[in-house]
Amino acid sequence: MRARNIIVGAAFAFLAGGMAHSALAQDIKIGEINSYSLLPAFTEPYRKGWQLAVEEVNAAGGINGKKLVVISKDDGGKPADAQTAANELVSSEGVAMLAGTFLSNIGLAVSDFANQKKVFFLAAEPLTDAITWSKGNKYTFRLRPSNYMQAAMLVEAAAKLPAKRWATIAPNYEYGQSAVAVFKKLMSEKRPDIQWVDEQWPPQGKIDAGPVVQAVAAANPEAILNVTFGADLVKFVREGNTRGLFKGREVVSFLTGEPEYLDPLKDETPEGWIVTGYPWYSIKTPEHDAFLKAYQAKYNDYPRLGSIVGYQTIKAAAAILAKAGSTDPEKMIAAAEGLSMPSPFGEITFRKIDHQSTLGAFVGKTALKDGKGVMVDSAYKKGGDYLPSDAEVAKLRPKD
Amino acid sequence: MAFYVVQFLTGLASAASLFLVASGLSIIFGVTRIVNFAHGAFYMIGAYIAFSLTERLSGAFGFWGGILLAALAVAVIGVIVEMVLLRRIYHAPELFQLLATFGLTLMVEDLVVLIWGPDDLVGRRAPGFRGAIDFFGQNVPTYDLFLIVLGPVVLGILWLLFQRTRWGVLVRAATQDRDMVAALGVNQKWLFTSVFAVGVFLAALGGALQIPRDAVHHAMDLRIIVEVFVVVVIGGLGSIVGAFVAAVLVSELNAFGILIFPKISIILVFLVMAVVLIVRPWGLFGKPEAAARKTPGLTVNPWRPLTSNERLMALAALVVAATLPLFAGNYLLTVGSEIAIFVIFAVSLHFLMSVGGLASFGHAAYFGLGAYGIAFLAKMAGLPMIVCLLLGPLLGCMGAAVFGFFAVQLSGVYFAMLTLAFAQIVWSIAFQWVEVTGGDNGILGLWPSSWAASPSHFYWLALGVAALVTVALRAMVFSPFGYALRATRDSLLRSEAIGIDAKRIQWTAFVIAGTTAGIGGALFAYLKGSVFPDNLGISLSVDALVMVLLGGVETVSGAVIGAIVYKALNIWLVSQTDLSKLVLGGFIVLIVVVFPKGIVGMLEMLAQRRRKASPPGSPLLAKPIESAE
Repeated sequence: MRARNIIVGAAFAFLAGGMAHSALAQDIKIGEINSYSLLPAFTEPYRKGWQLAVEEVNAAGGINGKKLVVISKDDGGKPADAQTAANELVSSEGVAMLAGTFLSNIGLAVSDFANQKKVFFLAAEPLTDAITWSKGNKYTFRLRPSNYMQAAMLVEAAAKLPAKRWATIAPNYEYGQSAVAVFKKLMSEKRPDIQWVDEQWPPQGKIDAGPVVQAVAAANPEAILNVTFGADLVKFVREGNTRGLFKGREVVSFLTGEPEYLDPLKDETPEGWIVTGYPWYSIKTPEHDAFLKAYQAKYNDYPRLGSIVGYQTIKAAAAILAKAGSTDPEKMIAAAEGLSMPSPFGEITFRKIDHQSTLGAFVGKTALKDGKGVMVDSAYKKGGDYLPSDAEVAKLRPKD
Repeated sequence: MAFYVVQFLTGLASAASLFLVASGLSIIFGVTRIVNFAHGAFYMIGAYIAFSLTERLSGAFGFWGGILLAALAVAVIGVIVEMVLLRRIYHAPELFQLLATFGLTLMVEDLVVLIWGPDDLVGRRAPGFRGAIDFFGQNVPTYDLFLIVLGPVVLGILWLLFQRTRWGVLVRAATQDRDMVAALGVNQKWLFTSVFAVGVFLAALGGALQIPRDAVHHAMDLRIIVEVFVVVVIGGLGSIVGAFVAAVLVSELNAFGILIFPKISIILVFLVMAVVLIVRPWGLFGKPEAAARKTPGLTVNPWRPLTSNERLMALAALVVAATLPLFAGNYLLTVGSEIAIFVIFAVSLHFLMSVGGLASFGHAAYFGLGAYGIAFLAKMAGLPMIVCLLLGPLLGCMGAAVFGFFAVQLSGVYFAMLTLAFAQIVWSIAFQWVEVTGGDNGILGLWPSSWAASPSHFYWLALGVAALVTVALRAMVFSPFGYALRATRDSLLRSEAIGIDAKRIQWTAFVIAGTTAGIGGALFAYLKGSVFPDNLGISLSVDALVMVLLGGVETVSGAVIGAIVYKALNIWLVSQTDLSKLVLGGFIVLIVVVFPKGIVGMLEMLAQRRRKASPPGSPLLAKPIESAE
């Protein structure tokens, strides 16, 4: 029965490993959850980002003298597992706050958990508008510019295009649906003359790109809105290039300028798409230079947008904890509301009205340079400028 | 007009890639009866290796050579897997091999990220097939044309292989009647190995050929595996021509379907499969399965109720479990509740699988329906928790009544796949009907009433319900109904001859299992405070299958142990390591090798041996019944 001995040995090895990382009682602990195993392309740089931030915070004396410790868990891309992890972090690790998450439904699940258990939650990445508006709650804050904000940034550029016939292509789930809905609404407000001639809804991760590209082309649009990303985007772009879909057509695209999604396209990067993203190579501000230098020195790799999100999530958490001077959730909420802090993209503020941060995004055009996709003519759009008026937000958000 | 022709051609190209992978799966299943869950993993490794080779080897020869080499390399991996792992478990209960290949798939998903890194990889375009040709103003990619030709060519080669070679004759014979082929003195070992190698080669080739159009990434396997299964079943198991026709059918329906309903792709294959299986129970080109020679119920020790000693032990275990809140913290209690809920879920599937002999691949549908039942009652009707808990599972019951009626008309893998189709249809309704179900953002805020809100109270509730359900289902196994159900499982013909209305008995069992799963789902909704389409998803159905198989499909209550071991291990590993899939997959593979009858099945066998060694005890156990092989 040698095999059984191996199992027992492995079990003990894991027990020992599990005990090794327990932290000291006087440390301040943050519980971090993300879809590490499901979305490694995003979460690996993200992890590097937050690890850098933890190092910096502790090198600068920690939080009011206490060491900051981040305990990180994988949710495997499932809302139910994210709640199990959240529960472990809160009940058994005793973390001061929860942070992280990528997928919108997981963000919402953890946010609902936080609301129920009265725990502070800083959502890093989920883009859904619901998390701060229709399903917002007082315990949940969100860092990244929402769907609405990114749509508003893109609409600003898209409305200037002469194109009148538009087609949309988006993954068939909440993110894709709400991105298209907001874009259409804002666009039609600015340009009542626009016609929406076709929409395609491939299942997320399972696009059958050939027929989809053909179907879009058959509607003969003058411009296309794309919301697909990741492997779907690669397939869409490759088929589109081969079949000439993008020739003579404007394309406006969510997230495509992020290195996570742009870099894999290599020499197939389509030129002239209007995109949101992160052109780390052309941002020349002191804040970003400092971040870039530290990141490259530590990892010998360039940052992705995930790195920024991870880095700033922990930086923001540290700032909130430092200002609150306590791990009492009510005090942390009071500290976070209206709190301003530096970030690699410049100063950001967590709004009191809906707990959305004013972190912005870069809007620019895609281009090919030395066989690689880059973003050119990019400009930083401050998040605060692309949110609806306070009166509208108040209507969207349930009263606490 | 030109547009429709081009759209048709595009559909054909999609069909060709699907067919390559599906044909391999079909051959493997036809001969070895292995539900090869790892087929998608081989497809993915094929793509990864081909990516590495084509990046290093230059020129047209390098590219095509790289593709072929990759497929061959993966075929070698397949041979190793077959010889080292699967050969040991051909005699394990049906579907047990699914567990082994599931474990492999988990491992591969982590391994490719370890080896090739987390980023999506985009490979070279095929030399000579980079562009498109103009067809009356429409562009047709030349690579599509290549694939359109390749599909029928592969079909033709396979046809020749099967019709014109001795090996092919043996494969066909084994597909029709394995035991007879073995009786005629054919070396089954090498036949199985070679068939597995060919099947894996086709899967890897299918993956490698995706390089010029797709991105290579670590989730490719799950993207294709279910679809491929569906194609194989629509075509009829073991039929290569059927797989081809089904691939074309599905791809063309998708290509033209999205012109009218752009959201159809998400559910199309499952709709087609449901319709085909209801109309033609063995797929388009499949033949009815020959009556099994082996009677599953006789390969094990006859089931018996627990002795009074064993009852006391079970009771003692329950009492010990009930004392958990005295020393465990809130987190452990919540994990305990989750495990108890999964025990309910697993025993409900176990009842259907082991007692009824009906393996469902879509059991999560009824679990999820129970959860959504709670969500509707609590959020829309505003009913109190206790009422919701009593009424919520009825949604699972109704779903099981409707789908079960159609499903029990079939048997074996066709039954399994029809349940999968129904589950996916329910899932897509939950996913798409945003106004009612909230879509994938789910329904939030379903927290338990104050009497059950504390973790210890909820744990006692979940534990109590789990114990009740397990006892009730066990009692049913040894009731007249249970005997009738086991009769339909062991021999449909004989049971009908003695006047058992088999379909009605099986339908009843399906409804019981569905309702029980719904009870689990209802508790799960309250445990998590929210409901998502995930609760109805394939991965949850697979989890349930794994729990039952792990516990031992030939046992009366093995699923209880299977659920506890799998769920506890899963939660613990995910929390402790970043490579949880690798470790969990490795653990499952080990278990499969060490305990080929499942954990409980193996323990029972050891106990049985010990009893045999000692002087005869009870007269019931002294008479082992020989199997009628």
